[in-house]
Amino acid sequence: MANNVTLRIEDLHKSYGALEVLKGVSVDINKGESKVIIGPSGTGKSTLLRCINRLTQPDSGRVWLDGVEVTDRKVDINRVRATIGMVFQDFNLFSHLRILGNVRIGPMEVKGMEKKEATELAMEELRRVGLADKADAYPAELSGGQQQRASIARALAMDPKLILFDEPTSALDPELIGEVLEVMINLAREGMTMLVVSHEMGFARSVADEIIFLENGVILEAGPPDQLFVHPKHKRTAEFLNKITELYGETSK
Amino acid sequence: MNLVFSWDWLPLLGKGTLVTFELTVISIFMGFFLGILLSLGRVYGNRLAYLVSSFYVQVFRGTPMLTQLFILYFGLPTIGIMLPPFLAAIIGMGLNSGAYQAEYFRGSIQAIKGGQMMAARALGMSQWQAIRRIILPQALRLAIPSWSNELIYLLKYSSIAYMIQVPELMFQGKRISSKTFLTFEVFLVVALIYLVVVMILSRLLGTLEHKVKIPGLGVKGRASL
Amino acid sequence: MDRLMVVWNAFPALLGGLAITVELALAFLGLGLALGILLALSRIYGNRFLASIASAFEQVFRGIPAIVFLFLFYFGSAQIGLNLSAFSAAILAMGLRSSAYQSQIFRGAIQSISSGQMMAARALGMNLYKAARHIILPQALRFSIAPWTNEYAGVLKDTSLCYAIGVTEIMRQGRYIVARTFGNSLLIYILIAIIYFILVYAGNRFFSFLEARLRIPGFETKGERTERI
Repeated sequence: MANNVTLRIEDLHKSYGALEVLKGVSVDINKGESKVIIGPSGTGKSTLLRCINRLTQPDSGRVWLDGVEVTDRKVDINRVRATIGMVFQDFNLFSHLRILGNVRIGPMEVKGMEKKEATELAMEELRRVGLADKADAYPAELSGGQQQRASIARALAMDPKLILFDEPTSALDPELIGEVLEVMINLAREGMTMLVVSHEMGFARSVADEIIFLENGVILEAGPPDQLFVHPKHKRTAEFLNKITELYGETSK
Repeated sequence: MNLVFSWDWLPLLGKGTLVTFELTVISIFMGFFLGILLSLGRVYGNRLAYLVSSFYVQVFRGTPMLTQLFILYFGLPTIGIMLPPFLAAIIGMGLNSGAYQAEYFRGSIQAIKGGQMMAARALGMSQWQAIRRIILPQALRLAIPSWSNELIYLLKYSSIAYMIQVPELMFQGKRISSKTFLTFEVFLVVALIYLVVVMILSRLLGTLEHKVKIPGLGVKGRASL
Repeated sequence: MDRLMVVWNAFPALLGGLAITVELALAFLGLGLALGILLALSRIYGNRFLASIASAFEQVFRGIPAIVFLFLFYFGSAQIGLNLSAFSAAILAMGLRSSAYQSQIFRGAIQSISSGQMMAARALGMNLYKAARHIILPQALRFSIAPWTNEYAGVLKDTSLCYAIGVTEIMRQGRYIVARTFGNSLLIYILIAIIYFILVYAGNRFFSFLEARLRIPGFETKGERTERI
């Protein structure tokens, strides 16, 4: 395997009962790359992300992170998860902890960091996403956009090799989407390896190295944004891209 | 109606009230630990844990506390186990309360959205870490109203322990009334004592609930006292 | 085995006690239901005076142990010249007590019905009585089933307390049998526990079935209420 392949997904299959949502999906992501997955709802995009850190168990297929096979039963999955960041559509911040607590609990509990060190680290990440002044607030006291940025800080505090974003802006009011996308774009530009499920085409066009179109459990087409937008290989790709650009516009700069 | 009262009753009733408190406090904490164990077993345990927990809860909620106390105090001697009254009472009340608390905790654990567990695991926490650091702190807070309810319930039902010779408030009341034949008056005082204690306790628990409140950690319509 | 013979011989007496237990439970629940609805309506729709009396009633009847009430009503009735039997005193005491709890159930159910329902009913021209009877109560009753199942179980188990004032329900029958047959207490009381368990379980199943039957599609019934009330 090439040295700078951070994530390799090989032939993933997953069924829920009679419904097969992933029918043999393979993806490679190199270090520092950002890839965006698009596709109609229910086509397994979220399932794909959750199979990567085994929050959902794939039926078959393999996943490697930096050469370590994640799908190997013998691997310590908690240690692997500690190196993969995940940002959820519903934020899933820990309701009983303040923002600072949310960001530092990972380093403290999972990585065994000392409280002082973890607090400093957490504050640094909060500054990075622009929430240093909200460290003492509870999640419920923050707007949706702030909560999502906090959850990104939580993921960053673990110093991940890869961050998975599961429709990070879908649950946000339109005016709040921008602040989250801005953080994500900066991350991409700073060289974070990212896999993002999203409809935000503006984001895709500005920083994505590749857009992957997933439909009916298979990758229909994948390529750099310009290629997909200007010379799509499949008619279906063009249709879908037109639809979402129409609906969601090109929100970020 | 001719009502008689004597201040002499108060010391004895006071002693009884103290025993009532002892019974209540010891039992609620026994029930607390048992309840957490059972509810975790039910939600996160394997099939065996689930079955044992469910069976236990159904049995102890499906039979009267009095019968449970009688089995412990009058029944066990037939197989050679002689429990002194107080011990029998706290074991019975503790086991009983454990079943109810198990259900409250189960409900509050399940009320916490699955996303919390997912986020915790995604960070790399083990299931036990996630339960301890993320799920339980929230679940216990959510369960506070039910727990307060349970505390008051145990206080009131400790009164049946007199039937197995525990010298709590009811017992002392009976003692005084059998000496003075003023059953109605004595129990009127006993009733008043219970009422005052319950009201004060409710007030205190309400303030506690308020103090520990976290915005966004909602408590949805539990039964109030 | 002569243990089995003991159980066999005890059965008729136990069944007699069971009959009393069931009678008591039904009477408590019945009185509690009638008065409970009245109390709930008083607190929600009544004037300030009525509502506060109802509230005080509830606080008193929920703040004092059941057994104390049994004693008060039984021994107190003599004081006012009304010589109630243990059975009647029990029904009065526990029925009134149950009404305090049932009032809470109905109040919760009524209040969980959106105010728009009452508004629409009044807008149609219904008076308070009609609106309550045709619109509010039918919905409230459905929401009440789950918590009421809880009350049923509680009342059934509380009949055991009537032992203390001499009512010959199943626990007292058990005591008599134990006294007569020397040293079978564990067996007898476990048997009694099993009988209670069956009654509670059967009741729960029945009410679940009832709830399912009465369910209106799209209408959420409150989840299982597990608390002691």
